[in-house]
Amino acid sequence: MKRIEAVNDFVVKFANVNGSGSASANELFAKSFLRMGIPVSPRNIFPSNIQGLPTWYEVRVTESGYLGRRGGCDLMVAMNPQTWAQDVKEIDPGGYLFYDNTKPLPQSKFRDDIHVIGMPLTEIANANYADARERQLFKNIIYVGALAGMMGIEPEVIAELVGEQYKGKEKLLKPNLNAFHMGLNWAKEHLKDALGLKVRRADSVGDKIFIEGNAAAALGCVYGGATVCAWYPITPSSSLAEAFQRYCSKLRVDPVTGKNKFAIVQAEDELASIGIVTGAGWNGARAFTATSGPGISLMTEFIGLAYFAEIPVTLIDVQRGGPSTGMPTRTQQSDILACAYASHGDTKHVLLFPEDPHECFEFAATCLDLADRLQTPVFLMTDLDIGMNQRLCSPLVWDDERRYDRGKVMSAEMLEEGKEFGRYLDVDGDGIPYRTYPGTHPTKGAYFTRGTSKNPYAIYSEAGADYVYNMQRLLEKHETAKTLVPKPQLIPAKQPARFGAIFYGSTSPAMHEALDALAWQGIFVNALRVRAFPFQDEINDFVHSHTKVFVIEQNRDAQLKTLLVNEAGINPASLISILHYDGTPITARFITKEIAEIVSALNIRPIKRDKAA
Amino acid sequence: MTYILKPRLHHPTLPKNKLGFTRRDYEGKVSTLCAGCGHDSISAALIEAMWELAIEPHRVAKLSGIGCSSKTPDYFLGNSHGFNTVHGRMPSVLTGANLANRDLIYLGVSGDGDSASIGIGQFAHVMRRGVNMTYILENNGVYGLTKGQFSATADRGSKAKKGAVNQDSAIDTVSLALIMGATYVARSFSGDKKQLTPLIKAAIAHEGAAFIDVISPCVAFNNHPGSTKSYDYVREHNEAVNRLDFWPSREAITVDYSEGGVIEVPQHDGSIVRLRKLDSDYDPTDRINAITHIAQASAKGEVLTGLLYVAPDAEDLHAHLNTYEMAFNKLEEKDLCPGAGMLEKINAGLR
Repeated sequence: MKRIEAVNDFVVKFANVNGSGSASANELFAKSFLRMGIPVSPRNIFPSNIQGLPTWYEVRVTESGYLGRRGGCDLMVAMNPQTWAQDVKEIDPGGYLFYDNTKPLPQSKFRDDIHVIGMPLTEIANANYADARERQLFKNIIYVGALAGMMGIEPEVIAELVGEQYKGKEKLLKPNLNAFHMGLNWAKEHLKDALGLKVRRADSVGDKIFIEGNAAAALGCVYGGATVCAWYPITPSSSLAEAFQRYCSKLRVDPVTGKNKFAIVQAEDELASIGIVTGAGWNGARAFTATSGPGISLMTEFIGLAYFAEIPVTLIDVQRGGPSTGMPTRTQQSDILACAYASHGDTKHVLLFPEDPHECFEFAATCLDLADRLQTPVFLMTDLDIGMNQRLCSPLVWDDERRYDRGKVMSAEMLEEGKEFGRYLDVDGDGIPYRTYPGTHPTKGAYFTRGTSKNPYAIYSEAGADYVYNMQRLLEKHETAKTLVPKPQLIPAKQPARFGAIFYGSTSPAMHEALDALAWQGIFVNALRVRAFPFQDEINDFVHSHTKVFVIEQNRDAQLKTLLVNEAGINPASLISILHYDGTPITARFITKEIAEIVSALNIRPIKRDKAA
Repeated sequence: MTYILKPRLHHPTLPKNKLGFTRRDYEGKVSTLCAGCGHDSISAALIEAMWELAIEPHRVAKLSGIGCSSKTPDYFLGNSHGFNTVHGRMPSVLTGANLANRDLIYLGVSGDGDSASIGIGQFAHVMRRGVNMTYILENNGVYGLTKGQFSATADRGSKAKKGAVNQDSAIDTVSLALIMGATYVARSFSGDKKQLTPLIKAAIAHEGAAFIDVISPCVAFNNHPGSTKSYDYVREHNEAVNRLDFWPSREAITVDYSEGGVIEVPQHDGSIVRLRKLDSDYDPTDRINAITHIAQASAKGEVLTGLLYVAPDAEDLHAHLNTYEMAFNKLEEKDLCPGAGMLEKINAGLR
């Protein structure tokens, strides 16, 4: 029988029951690779449930640093009887099944093309612990010990991690270490050479950090100067607001007075959340809300007001599967159009697409600047895959010379000097008018903000000419936004290429890996990572310089492609959609296969690796 | 919509407040509401209250929802910023504005459709949170701008202009505000400026969620026999529990109260709310008692007016959130950004 043999390059999947305490044991397992210098990419695959339903934790160990979901499974740690059949089925031929063999299982429960590794976990736990909860929790640590023993994870690394986790809680430290060694020793004694997946210390992690996108975005809001956060709990965005609370408690409390330089309101619903953010933005404070698709649907009326009345608002959409309640705990990029055109009437909004936590941090702060500069709603379009999984990424960066861009705010001094103030008057030709904060000047600069049409001086008007002036100016402002949003990133192929690929957001790591795999097959593709809407001319140029351009997305309806056709004037015939939308993160294998098949169907013979296109 | 400009030249003998402003300085654009609309009388009472308190007009932020009432902030305090928000959602916008700059005075203006129908959720929650504001509900029991449909405050059995009888029970906004935790709750009548003006003044001084329900007859659609929000009906059924006098400071109270009891409620800012009791059983600092009284009066068909409840120990949202004294919209990088050095430490902890 085939036996998968791999060093520092494999996928381990843990099948657990939600609420069984497996998460921290699994995280310990994942982090141990990082400490041995091997990049790792874990993903939580969890149900919309607190206790009892199946949950999976997939760890991709990848010395070459491919952080996308690979697909397939080399080792299944099957700890959940409910999902046994499905879990066993998922293992790649020649792969491994690790299970608790305390109770014997009939042969029919297994497959003959996989290697089965049994360990009496329950028996060991029951023999060593009396308390039911302890038996459960330590069973998790015991299997981590066994895996470490079989793979060759350095026990010192685990000891270091456990030490950090239970710093100051010595009572818990020792029993955890004991459980770990119990598993380790048992495996060394009984499971020698059972597993062909091995770990060897490497030096591929460097100074990278390991953080969830939601935490990074929250920290970006702290650094970017957000003082007001209003939110309503919704998966997968709740942990973002909670992280903001956590970071603010550490970083934003005035040391002298003990007072908070932040205000966080858990509102009664998403309508109130966006209302609070709109009120704060109107009054000159930096404010944001974090939500997901259903929240965006509820917020759309206010988004229209903020667009039309020109109020800075930052919205972070941690996308999940839709429509309706959809798949609350699965990932998608399916709110692109809903956000780009949110609200009734003619509207267009600024969207930023971060690829990982590093960019979640950077773009969150950028969104706050852009919202003030453009006086409009700005969306950070992240998703569950980035938001709720710890991801290895470049360290977060902040330049102390950086100043907040508060945009065009007319001060009392400027008004006093007699500078003309028309709240909706385009004075600089960039479509962006000046605003005043309420309470600026006793007699100058006050105006009435409204969602109804008005003239350039904020006076109510139903005159067609006033309406058209305003709407054209908003278009002008949208043009100005193009010069301010992050530019797309080109990933050129190593050989001249006639095919292009456009992708964005969390597709990034899978795409990078797919590009390498395609090149290996002789298919060279130039790729462009779109980082924002409105689209810059570079995107148009990119499409025009290729025969065909693949647009890779994680939604059914090719939403970015629609936006490219609508807003960048791109001929739809030049675009080919590659769509993945089952709720799991897109994989390199999927992208590679799709592109390779299409390329061959287009009757273009794959080019030999060493020949130019 | 407003084409008539008010004259800028005023009579030199107009009385001035201690800031040197005349009442004219507190006015706004010419109202576009119907002649005789109760809402205009409320605007007049607001102007009077602000002038008497000598508030700098530009230090007030006026926020409203959608509807006739919500248009009125354009008709007073022309040098203040105003915000005509979204139908039923003014409370959240006001909350955010208040968090952004605690130094301004926040005035929320709403109607019964705006607050009791589409916006009842936000109405309830803004009271719960104790946002420091004066929330005025201009209550006429009817949708004026859409021509005469019942609102949620219309009494059961009251008759619409076209003859339909309301079958739904009414939402009593003062009871709701009390239950939700508002710390200053009053009801008044647009036709009684003497009662309304001091109620507004005390509400502004109150540091917490202050709510005034003002019955304000709609002359176009709800001022006919059979309506319970008409001028005639309210005048006949108005039961005032007290008369309020408001002193901006603790000094110089010289009025002689010979008859009835007097209650004094000092406010956090040093001002004093002094109530002359008209109903000897009524103690406006007793919340449970207030709720009972309102319900009893309502059962008798009376409209209880006056200061119905005031909590002397009120706290506002800023106190609950323990926010910094300086307005958030004045904070800069040095106040808000933890800096690159701290980020290095955070990075180190994530390896």
